[in-house]
Amino acid sequence: MGNGTSIGRVRGLGAAKHGTHHWLLQRFTAVGNLVLLLWLGISLMLLPNFSFPTVSEWIAGPVPATAMALLIISSFWHARLGMQVMLEDYIHGANRVAAIIALNLVAFAGAAFGLFCVIRLALGGA
Amino acid sequence: MFISILHRVTGNGLAVVGLAVLVWWLGALAGGVQAYASFSEHASSWYGMIVLVGISWAFFNHMASGIRHLVMDIGAGYELGTNKTWSILCPAIAIVLTAAFWAVLLA
Repeated sequence: MGNGTSIGRVRGLGAAKHGTHHWLLQRFTAVGNLVLLLWLGISLMLLPNFSFPTVSEWIAGPVPATAMALLIISSFWHARLGMQVMLEDYIHGANRVAAIIALNLVAFAGAAFGLFCVIRLALGGA
Repeated sequence: MFISILHRVTGNGLAVVGLAVLVWWLGALAGGVQAYASFSEHASSWYGMIVLVGISWAFFNHMASGIRHLVMDIGAGYELGTNKTWSILCPAIAIVLTAAFWAVLLA
């Protein structure tokens, strides 16, 4: 790489062919986020207060716990895809690869921690 | 142009700050009464309120321009007048929804 014309370099490398998949998943998770975050917003508005007993009892219910778990998956997935696009626009070369690896680690770690918390709350560990 | 930049800024802001606060909130809930009290203290402070209002505004803004994107994905709304109208309405809708959300929360 690094020699020849621009088109020659592109022919040698080719597209990753993952663009459409990424684009579609960004839309699927967007719709998921729309539904789930509106659910969270309305739920917060309906809660009588934000004291520990009220909130922890609410989130331990089967429907809120399931919705929150889905919200964590959908929002972290959407964030990971969106931040990847941002990183690809502004960072180049080896730093880009490092940044995307870091992004994936943080996104999966954050989602895993969130899911663990919801499971713990739902199963009465707290 | 401005709407596009705002969509990216609010999206990445939500990804970093919004998800961090969400995870902190859930972690504090799972951690127990003391951890939740610490979260509540920060969340209800003046700087906490700025962050929370900011997150809710970023969400409603990203939601409005995101729905605009979904409509444009199906090939609609590209007429100059329509496009301009919604590009102005999106941030306005976001501010109205943010105000309404907090009006209900603080009521």
